[in-house]
Amino acid sequence: MLKAKNRLGLVFFPAFDWAISPTHPEREERLLYTRDQLFEEGIEDIEGVEFFNPIVADEKDIERVHFCVPDVKSRVTQSHLISAGGAIKALQMILENKVDKSFALTRPPGHHAHRVVYGDRGFCIINIEAVMLERIRQEYGNLRVAIVDTDCHHGDGTQDIFWNDKDTLFISFHQDGRTLYPGTGSIDEFGGPGGYGYNINIPLPPGTGEDGFLYVLDNVVMPILDEYNPDIIINSAGQDNHYTDPITHMNFTAQGYAELNYRLNPHMAVLEGGYSIEGALPYVNLGIILAMAGLDYSNVHEPDYNKEKLRQSRDITEYVKKVCELVYSRWKNKDGLRLKDLGNATHIDRQRQIYYDTDGILENQVQNFKVCKKCSGINTIDSRNDKGYHIFAITIPRDACNSCVDEGHRLYKNTPNSFTNVYLQDRVNDEFYAK
Amino acid sequence: MIVGLDMGGTNIDGVIIEDGNIINTIKKPTNRDDLFGSIWSTLKELLTGYDKTKIDRINLSTTVSTNAIVENKTSSVGMIIQSGPGIANDFLACGDENVFISGYVDHRGNVIEGLNLSEVKNAVKLFKKKNIDSFAVVTKFSTRNPENEIRIKEILENFSPITMGHTVSGKLSFPRRVYTSYLNSAVHSTFNDFAANIKKSMEIEGINALIFILKADGGTMNMNTAEEKPVETILSGPAASFMGITAMLPTDKDAILLDVGGTTTDIFFLADGVPLFEPLGIKIGKYNTLVRAIYSVSIGLGGDSSINIKNGKVKIGPKREGKPYAFGGPQPTPTDAMITLELIGYDHDYKKKAHESMSLLGKELNLSAEDMAKLVLETMGNMIKYKIDKLLEKINSQPVYTIKELLYGKKLEPKLINIIGGPAEVLTPILKDKFNLPCYYPENYHVANAVGAALARPTAEITMHVDTSKKTLSVPELEIYEKVDRNYSLNFAKERALRLIKESAISIGETKDEIDAEIIEENSFNMVRGFYTTGKDIRVKAQIKPGLIHQLGGDNNA
Ligand SMILES: [Zn+2]
Ligand SMILES: [Zn+2]
Repeated sequence: MLKAKNRLGLVFFPAFDWAISPTHPEREERLLYTRDQLFEEGIEDIEGVEFFNPIVADEKDIERVHFCVPDVKSRVTQSHLISAGGAIKALQMILENKVDKSFALTRPPGHHAHRVVYGDRGFCIINIEAVMLERIRQEYGNLRVAIVDTDCHHGDGTQDIFWNDKDTLFISFHQDGRTLYPGTGSIDEFGGPGGYGYNINIPLPPGTGEDGFLYVLDNVVMPILDEYNPDIIINSAGQDNHYTDPITHMNFTAQGYAELNYRLNPHMAVLEGGYSIEGALPYVNLGIILAMAGLDYSNVHEPDYNKEKLRQSRDITEYVKKVCELVYSRWKNKDGLRLKDLGNATHIDRQRQIYYDTDGILENQVQNFKVCKKCSGINTIDSRNDKGYHIFAITIPRDACNSCVDEGHRLYKNTPNSFTNVYLQDRVNDEFYAK
Repeated sequence: MIVGLDMGGTNIDGVIIEDGNIINTIKKPTNRDDLFGSIWSTLKELLTGYDKTKIDRINLSTTVSTNAIVENKTSSVGMIIQSGPGIANDFLACGDENVFISGYVDHRGNVIEGLNLSEVKNAVKLFKKKNIDSFAVVTKFSTRNPENEIRIKEILENFSPITMGHTVSGKLSFPRRVYTSYLNSAVHSTFNDFAANIKKSMEIEGINALIFILKADGGTMNMNTAEEKPVETILSGPAASFMGITAMLPTDKDAILLDVGGTTTDIFFLADGVPLFEPLGIKIGKYNTLVRAIYSVSIGLGGDSSINIKNGKVKIGPKREGKPYAFGGPQPTPTDAMITLELIGYDHDYKKKAHESMSLLGKELNLSAEDMAKLVLETMGNMIKYKIDKLLEKINSQPVYTIKELLYGKKLEPKLINIIGGPAEVLTPILKDKFNLPCYYPENYHVANAVGAALARPTAEITMHVDTSKKTLSVPELEIYEKVDRNYSLNFAKERALRLIKESAISIGETKDEIDAEIIEENSFNMVRGFYTTGKDIRVKAQIKPGLIHQLGGDNNA
């Protein structure tokens, strides 16, 4: 019988009775073949691999991270609470030392969900990892966490949520936003004043293959992680960089995903996107599981795998190298860049337009970050959409100083009724207000 | 008349049941070196004085295959394994010779890479050279597409037995399919020799009854089926006890079933009166298999378990060092505690010895012999309670895959305890108190296992998979692989599965007109490629759950 080197917890919850709509990529069938492959391989019998059911996250867990408009009940379904609950369970099992590592194979995904939630974007409504992380921080204290997003799409939601938080290092590598949804994820998106330099984007050209991804990992991601030294590393494990994925243009492989997880050595992985449900997911997930469990993954590959055919061009190799140099030098020089880019400003504004592709909603928002010497500072969002909502949302961050806490509550009290909804997230006292 | 025989590691128990009443019983020691001889002499003695022509059937639970595996007395097996890409395959080399061949079938049953015939031919040469004539051939995803296994079997035609992986179960687990197929070929000649002996002896004795063999899932199969799938005869002992408890104390509720013996306590569960099964199959020795089995957990705690005091705490078991102290054994045991408290009656001399053992033990804890004996029984109750709570926690957190199951799925909440075995009567009030549940024991517990074997009926399970985009339907257990229409629906599949499982029950010996078949799993997935629905992926499981030929008469119950 096989024995895992690392005790691995799997929350495998394919939600076989839930779909966004019958023919939507996020449908019942998505993890069916993955289950077949994992079961046929005998994953259940590997000593040290243990299965857990998700718990169900509650409204409060969502409110720590999101401003659902008008409220959580109107936007979030049981399937989302369970998907987030699956991730929570997976991380809890690590922190309670029941397992060494864990992998939450739950759906729907979450990395396109921003702080304000009017509806569904990129198949995401709530940000699974963020909801998990803030609940865990509430239960287990303020962990320093690195999220490495290996989905092909830029993790714009996760970026938005941890934009101003230097205790959550966010690294996303993805197909260049100029060639793929959601369009963001350029190198100069570098974080808010409270976390400048802790939001790292590595946009890659279409056609990037095993060599390119592993080059990024070895030459940017690993050195940065070594220097940041987080308590927990999470792989936001989208699987749409795969060469068979129907909606992206990369050349990554199951073997590559396994190798990446072996080298990255994350505590935890959370499934994100990936819609090549027959040709990629069964093999990619098997590879990730074996790599995380410390088992031999050298024989995992797709039926039609051909290393030579999937090799990236020399141009791509050169280009990726340049991107890596630039990203890493910006990381090393983040304090200097902060001074240059932000100067002595007391407030930083960030203006954005956000499109909800799944639900067809257009949002305009202005975020305002206060620069505080004692904490990461309160921040606000003034947002309106084309369905008539105009909201004002205030966040008091986890590390807020007393005067920022007072200022946040004062602001909430004094915000006029001209807004359709006003919200206050007080993360110091773990409270949420809405009016 | 029905005859039931249960051959255990130490004893063979037998009963004759007529019209629901036990009319004769027997208990004989098992001679491990002559299993057939033990069975035959027990049967002959049991039947002495009864009209042999009136025997309708003989139900037999035997350890022939189990012993062969546990004692490593199996035939040499040559394995041909096609593992394709995936987990490294070296851990699957369970045969005496193992040949890994190239080629690959994927999860949808598509042949990605065909057979390389020269590899198969070389394997045959190797097996011949090594004088191996039992084989198993197993390919990954052969339940989805068995063509490689079938072709290899054709090439091996001159050899026997050859077990093909897809015939042992429709469940997905390649490693278990490999091990199960291996074991099936490994015990084939041992079991078939035994079967031939039984049939020959019956002929000589003029017994013309149907013979059924008990399976680990609490059901039976006829001899022909057992001869072909002898692996299904392993570990049927706990199933016999289980069926015995069910026959003597019927219930349709969630329940805990206990068989407390001298050395061990076996634990089973009922959900709404239906047994809990092992999710995939039973484990024997180091092998996880796909052999369907009643979920049973054995703990080293029984009437003869030895008792020690460690760090001021009473420790019972897991070992049995010998007989109870009262009967000349080396160590105090729960039986000694029961004798001390006069919960079971024995002569003065035995009582004196039992008392002595409790008093010696009690000294270490400053307790009188009686208080010590009470503490021992309390501890026994606590140990059972602790274990069962742990098991229930595990059972109730078994993985589920739908939102409906996660939010509203059935949780096992036992409403009663049924217990058999030597200490059953004594433990009943203690367990009742610990669990706060009603607790029952039957009168005739000492032959419960033989009664269970006698009254068990055929059981079966099938796994149906329909892929309407490939227009295929498969039921590996029945070796059915056929073409279907694009419009095939879940309802068709369910109807078909019920029909097939009834036929299958009849083929393994069911005679009743009313066969209680049920669908236990049903799923239908829309298959979408691009933006279009290309078909349906339908999955249905059907079973005939364990049942009794008839109820026991009233006077056999407590
Ligand atoms: Zn994606
Ligand atoms: Zn402050």
